Amino acid sequence: MKATCWYGKKDVRVETVPDPKILNRRDAIIKITSTAICGSDLHLYNHFIPTMEKGDVLGHEFMGEVVETGPDVKNLKVGDRVVTAFPISCGNCFFCQQQLFSLCENSNPNAWLAQKMMGHSPCGIFGYSHMMGGFAGGQAEYARVPFADVGTLKVPEGMADEQVLFLSDIFPTGYMGAEMCDIKEGDTVAVWGCGPVGLFAMASAYLLGAERVIGIDRFPERLRLAREGAKAETINYQEESVYDQLMEMTGGRGPDACIDAVGLEGHAPGLVYAYDRAKQAMMQQTDRPYALREAIMCCRNGGTVSVVGVYSGLIDKFPMGSVMNRSLTIRTGQCHVQRYMRPLLERIQNGEIDPSFVISHQMRLDDAPHGYDIFNNKEDNCIKIVLKP
Amino acid sequence: MATTRRKLETGGGGGGQRGQAEQPSSQERRAGGGQTRRAARGARPGERQDGDGRQSGLAKVNGEQLARGLGWFSIGLGLAEVLAPRGIARIAGARRGNTALVRLLGLREIAHGIAIFSQGRRPAAAVWSRVVGDAIDLACLAAVFASPDAHKGRAAFATANVLGVAALDVLCAQQLSRGSDADGESGGAVNVNETLVVNRPPEELYQFWHDFENLPRFMNHLESVRVTGEGRSHWVATGPAGTRVEWDAEVTDDRPNELIAWRSLEGADVENRGSVRFERATGGRGTLVRVEIEYSPPGGVVGAAVAKLFGEEPTQQVRDDLRRFKQVAETGEVVLSDATLAGTGWMEQRPAHPPE
Repeated sequence: MKATCWYGKKDVRVETVPDPKILNRRDAIIKITSTAICGSDLHLYNHFIPTMEKGDVLGHEFMGEVVETGPDVKNLKVGDRVVTAFPISCGNCFFCQQQLFSLCENSNPNAWLAQKMMGHSPCGIFGYSHMMGGFAGGQAEYARVPFADVGTLKVPEGMADEQVLFLSDIFPTGYMGAEMCDIKEGDTVAVWGCGPVGLFAMASAYLLGAERVIGIDRFPERLRLAREGAKAETINYQEESVYDQLMEMTGGRGPDACIDAVGLEGHAPGLVYAYDRAKQAMMQQTDRPYALREAIMCCRNGGTVSVVGVYSGLIDKFPMGSVMNRSLTIRTGQCHVQRYMRPLLERIQNGEIDPSFVISHQMRLDDAPHGYDIFNNKEDNCIKIVLKP
Repeated sequence: MATTRRKLETGGGGGGQRGQAEQPSSQERRAGGGQTRRAARGARPGERQDGDGRQSGLAKVNGEQLARGLGWFSIGLGLAEVLAPRGIARIAGARRGNTALVRLLGLREIAHGIAIFSQGRRPAAAVWSRVVGDAIDLACLAAVFASPDAHKGRAAFATANVLGVAALDVLCAQQLSRGSDADGESGGAVNVNETLVVNRPPEELYQFWHDFENLPRFMNHLESVRVTGEGRSHWVATGPAGTRVEWDAEVTDDRPNELIAWRSLEGADVENRGSVRFERATGGRGTLVRVEIEYSPPGGVVGAAVAKLFGEEPTQQVRDDLRRFKQVAETGEVVLSDATLAGTGWMEQRPAHPPE
């Protein structure tokens, strides 16, 4: 089958690899009908995530048709149309039983590696380095889904791929970002990053009762989509000071909650950015937490900073004093997708949101390398690319 | 055995599962860096006591750490003496240094260092040998003092340093000679201690482990285990570089739902013993599984070092075996990924795409 394989920094190739097989009793094999490139895939593309090996298949947002199931999969049959969650979760461990699916204790065979780097291992993830399990990803024609009885959602008749594909990752992630803010009716929520996850965070903040939602970015197309698609107000950080604007908009108090939907490849104008990049180059920090620092400084006293942007290693100059002295709450995590799939599907079916609004490009799987390129450089007004194998 | 397997394959919880942090993991037991040691376990409430009268934790850790420090010191000093004998001689105050002698002293130092690292956890004899070496060094320095054109100030300084190190050597050797292992420790024995919490009740896990034929399901280095009689079994395992080792073993202790201990019998390719304990985890959130394995690796300390180089570090092996045990207990089988089909070691990783 064809698959998008990683070969190094800014080097992905679509190659022929063997078809996946059933390896564990609760596996299913999916014939993929739609798959997407995620913002976090760019961290792999730019080689910020360690433990990649040449030939690794990428991709963790995919859906399709069940073509084979293992003997212990009781709730799926061949022919079912399903969306797959990006965390791999067994359903039986301490964390899965608490609905903390991205913390599954059993689904990462390379847990030892993640433990060395992070103290403990989170779950295995499709197509996201050996540290997260070394599972082949879903930017391919077929994928093997372990614990398919837990990790898939059946798609109702009559819904297009584009309406449900993002239940695999970015819609639940944005939603969890907003949910972690503990939004009260009338709250003001600021979201750093108007990429797809940020857009879903903004939309979700409204669904959860926020009165004012503000999106922060520098790309005009993304700011436009934040206004028109997510109905948010926007700040272009290259044109004005985010802190000053937010203070002005909130009468000096600051937003009740701030969502970091940017993560480790943060960008900012000026000297701080140069400082962070220099530190990265000298290996003294691995991530660039510009958005996170700003979100903390802008957040009102006693507010919540919700972090769904992906970080992988260490950061420098973290404003801990601001956090501690002002009673801030920081909540974070890889999304526990399985927890949100059904409730969010209902919201889609009720017409509360149409997730396809974030899609800007559709391509064939063969064009994935080009897709990665324009997505990474934010060219051609690229916001979200859906690949069709 | 079939009954046992079916029990483990059903999903659903064991002990309670709400909220808080779990018991300190096996990682917290490691006394910083290097080999896993049996961590200093004073009597914590509810803690099981081992009966071999180990001395109190802090002092013991210091003795072993000090020995390692002295080992590295020996190697460093020895290298300096071998590679820069004239410089060393000058530092010691000798104006016309006997480079051959200094080089010999250097080789002796290096030998001390190797002896310390080869002797396993408590290299008492090796550290005592350092004391002898210190005496020799002092004798050489006395000769320097006696020679007419020596730099007495430097010699005095060097002597003071040697005396200081000698004091450390004596202290360390004394400490190591006290409270040694109840049944003695042979050089190069590997001892691994790991604990993992499993979300199933102790009875279930005890029953599964009790049938040793289940062990190869999660212990990757075991090819097979065959139960041959009352508490007896025959084990076949793969060693480093694909070698095959076999032994017969007997159960030495068996407390239902609590403890199973076993050891190899006469004629084993690799002498070894092990035990597993099952304890209720704090809050009733599953079971703490404590595994202890001790074995003398083929090829002694050199063999163990070579095995480590090839990604088979014993601590990591046991930890991963326990993790696989947890997977089998909680989900019914070992969880496989494309990259780890040949094994989870660093050298065994494959690219993350489907296998042929």
